Amino acid sequence: MTDAAAPPPPGRASTARLVGTTVLLALRAIRRHLLRSILTVLGIVIGVFAVVTIVTLGKGATESTRQQISSLGANILTVLPGQANGRGGGGQTPPPFKFEDLDAIRGQVAGVTAVAPQAQSSATAVHNAANWATTVNGTTDAYLDAQDWKIEDGRRFTDAEEQAGKSVCLMGSTVKQNLYPNEAPVGSTLRLGNVSCTVIGTLATRGAGGFGQDNDDTVLMPIKAVQRRFTGNRDIRAIIVSADPAYDSADVQESIAKLLRERRNITGGKLDDFTIFDSRQIADTLSGITNILTGIVGAVAAISLLVGGIGIMNIMLVSVTERTREIGIRLAIGAVAREVMLQFLVEAVVLSCLGGLIGLVLALIASLGLTAALNVPFVFDPWTNLMAFLFSGLIGVVFGYFPARRAAALNPIDALRYE
Amino acid sequence: MSQALPSSAPDPLIRLIGVTKRFGSGEAAFQALKGVDLDIMAGDFMAVMGPSGSGKSTTMNILGCLDVPTTGSFLFRGHHIESLGRDQRALLRRRYLGFVFQGFNLLSRTTALENVELPLLYRGDDKRARRTAALAALDQVGLVDWASHTPSELSGGQQQRVAIARAIVTHPDVLLADEPTGNLDSERSLEIMELLTRLNRDRGITVLMVTHEAEMAAFARTVVHFRDGLVERVTTGALAA
Ligand SMILES: Nc1ncnc2c1ncn2[C@@H]1O[C@H](COP(=O)(O)OP(=O)(O)OP(=O)(O)O)[C@@H](O)[C@H]1O
Ligand SMILES: [Mg+2]
Repeated sequence: MTDAAAPPPPGRASTARLVGTTVLLALRAIRRHLLRSILTVLGIVIGVFAVVTIVTLGKGATESTRQQISSLGANILTVLPGQANGRGGGGQTPPPFKFEDLDAIRGQVAGVTAVAPQAQSSATAVHNAANWATTVNGTTDAYLDAQDWKIEDGRRFTDAEEQAGKSVCLMGSTVKQNLYPNEAPVGSTLRLGNVSCTVIGTLATRGAGGFGQDNDDTVLMPIKAVQRRFTGNRDIRAIIVSADPAYDSADVQESIAKLLRERRNITGGKLDDFTIFDSRQIADTLSGITNILTGIVGAVAAISLLVGGIGIMNIMLVSVTERTREIGIRLAIGAVAREVMLQFLVEAVVLSCLGGLIGLVLALIASLGLTAALNVPFVFDPWTNLMAFLFSGLIGVVFGYFPARRAAALNPIDALRYE
Repeated sequence: MSQALPSSAPDPLIRLIGVTKRFGSGEAAFQALKGVDLDIMAGDFMAVMGPSGSGKSTTMNILGCLDVPTTGSFLFRGHHIESLGRDQRALLRRRYLGFVFQGFNLLSRTTALENVELPLLYRGDDKRARRTAALAALDQVGLVDWASHTPSELSGGQQQRVAIARAIVTHPDVLLADEPTGNLDSERSLEIMELLTRLNRDRGITVLMVTHEAEMAAFARTVVHFRDGLVERVTTGALAA
């Protein structure tokens, strides 16, 4: 029964309802063209996978660097003569440090837990028929505290040994492995070049340092012994200071610098003839470098995401052409242009988000495997994952918009006639 | 059920007054309709006949709100439709009109049920309402048992019946069919005609159908003959076809 008085509806399609409908339509359309949908999102999958995997590995590498550097000791300041950037005063070698400098730092600077001198020489260590080129570090007992070395076997230096510069040594695990494969070294005699010394202890393994060097490839001796028998002078090549974590290491660094300036007569505009390295700063710098590298490689990977987006647009455009008749049917049935547009847009977004999600899962699996293989910690960064996901959605919107608009602009009569 | 007797029918459901349609412009312009006047009463079953190129499909597209006349008036239930915008026309189609095409035009790889549900989706019905209405429509065309089959698993006649179910699922006032039997053999064609007749008789749906075959036009109550972009003559009742 038709009521001739009832007017045609001046109404409009409700937007809230529209979204629910179009999501359903989009999901159905994706299901209808499953293989094509999978191929469409492949670019996004690979893009998200590459970006997230690379960034995760990069974060792991940064974290690993940080851990290794902090394994050197809580927070270590290394004072060296000369300037870091090599602008040392006109050919004059800056004077080495004296034992009195160490005493002054120990006595006058707040926040210092241990102060140790260092004099270094390279030597070939020989035991029985085996020999091994290593580094001899002359220092004091405080060095073990400053750098947080653990004694594995035997004992530390005694005061008497340090004062007298007795020929005794502590051996790093690398040296031990190479010279004492099946023998306890403590108590034996080790020859270093043409110097004989008694092994009084071995050091616990510490592993590779932040720069890839082997911390365990070392032999420690009282500094006076090294000065007398190896370097032939009373120079202290470096001062190792460990700072109390409760203090700001920048303050401690500044106090040491002030003290040394005073003691080395650096006044007015004269440049410092010594340099203080802060292990934490080095760690930060290294992390910074790793971060930059991660950023660059990540950006390259992000380009593949963009390419994936263009792939989506391409296939969506093909899809609009291929589905012209379908669009005609929808329009004839009473879909308004907005609904057709939204359907294609939602299809693109759903597809790219789906691709993003698959990429994230693959990246998670690959990252877990690769971090294990590369021996770096696995750092799950929710921020990176969220950004990658949102970005893939955004790509769907951006690259889906043009095809969607084209679909919505079709004339129903032409679309229905399309072969 | 109002019968379209001239004496008792005050206002026609649809009224075309001096409708012209011009395609293209300048040299290439083509005048497809040259001033069509036509009244269609509610509940009528009208066949549209005429030689190829005489403007049948053009008229159907205008009546179906898929296209607009170049000049002239188109009244639906006494309201002027000719100047409505795209979206307004889409909403009119959604609410009042159903389409059946020569080429069936079902969504491929989509079950009969989902095809029939489609107009309800755009109307915003909830899932249960959609299902109930779609199954009822499929029942009317005798295809409930085929609800879960896709078009490629259905014969041409069955596909056209699914298309009819899709067209009537929204309970439209008017069913527009442009050569609905054009792709079917005569036996299938007769089935479709019987179905359209039943819908017209039992549900009062106004049916407008383009056909080339007098055999099909014989089912109609009114037959409109087109020639050269104009209505040549209208015959009613026993005089039809
Ligand atoms: N979009 C268009 N652009 C240009 N000319 C058109 C367009 N649509 C239809 N025509 C022309 O208008 C005339 C009428 O076309 P219409 O489709 O209405 O004919 P018809 O009566 O349905 O013919 P048939 O029986 O072959 O389907 C034809 O000459 C056709 O070429
Ligand atoms: Mg035609």
